[in-house]
Amino acid sequence: MVYLTRKCEFSASHYYHNPEFSAEENQRIFGKCANLNGHGHNYTLEVTVKGAIDPKTGFVVDLKELKEILNREVIDALDHRHLNKEVPEFSQQVPTTENLAIAIWNRLQGKLHVAKLHRVRVYEVPDLFVDFYGEV
Amino acid sequence: MKVYLTRRYLFSASHRLHCDGLSEPENQATYGKCNNPHGHGHNYALEVTVSGQVDPETGMICNLSDLDGSVQREVLERFDHENLNCRSEFDGLVPTTENLSEVIFNILKQSFTAAHLEKVRLEETMMNSFEYAGGAELRV
Repeated sequence: MVYLTRKCEFSASHYYHNPEFSAEENQRIFGKCANLNGHGHNYTLEVTVKGAIDPKTGFVVDLKELKEILNREVIDALDHRHLNKEVPEFSQQVPTTENLAIAIWNRLQGKLHVAKLHRVRVYEVPDLFVDFYGEV
Repeated sequence: MKVYLTRRYLFSASHRLHCDGLSEPENQATYGKCNNPHGHGHNYALEVTVSGQVDPETGMICNLSDLDGSVQREVLERFDHENLNCRSEFDGLVPTTENLSEVIFNILKQSFTAAHLEKVRLEETMMNSFEYAGGAELRV
């Protein structure tokens, strides 16, 4: 079993707000992320897939195909977007990095033909990242 | 949905690697320049990984400000700009980064309970790092 990780970047804006919380609760729980005017990040996404090496090609996965899937399913949908307003997953859900990692996993799951999705890692800033392995 | 969150912190400290149970030549042979009598320092980078279910209301595993508060209070204020050899945590314990990883993991295990502590990863320099997960297996 070999693990392969592909990295890509996207930039997006968001804010944290739960309409079920009072204004004071939103402020207390989410701090400066609760500013309804939003703010943005340069996100780094690392997608790790695993699989056996194809003896003919020497590949775990066709990198060209992986790149196309990442661009189509993730980058085109998220890059230079407002997560709260333009990405359907976050119309009812706070776009935290935790939820973003799960949403990206769900977008990619089942799209790979050969290798298996192993981990989605999302860096919001260089000193904070979230990993999701598809665990319940 | 079990999610893992990792936060990175920086602190600077000095240490000297020296074992009282070894002779001077043995210390020198074992620890090399890390055994120099007056010690030396590093800029350490600490990564703390916690895990848990995402709270459906907040979208969070735990509030980052709580994690930051615990690490600040229990780890950074304790070790930043300190000589590790002079700290009580290293009485009878060589302040290698292996031991420091274990000490920090055990401190955080006691003090931070808002999410499950998975592991700590400690970079001593850009060239080496150490991970401790309390005896549990490390994840790929």
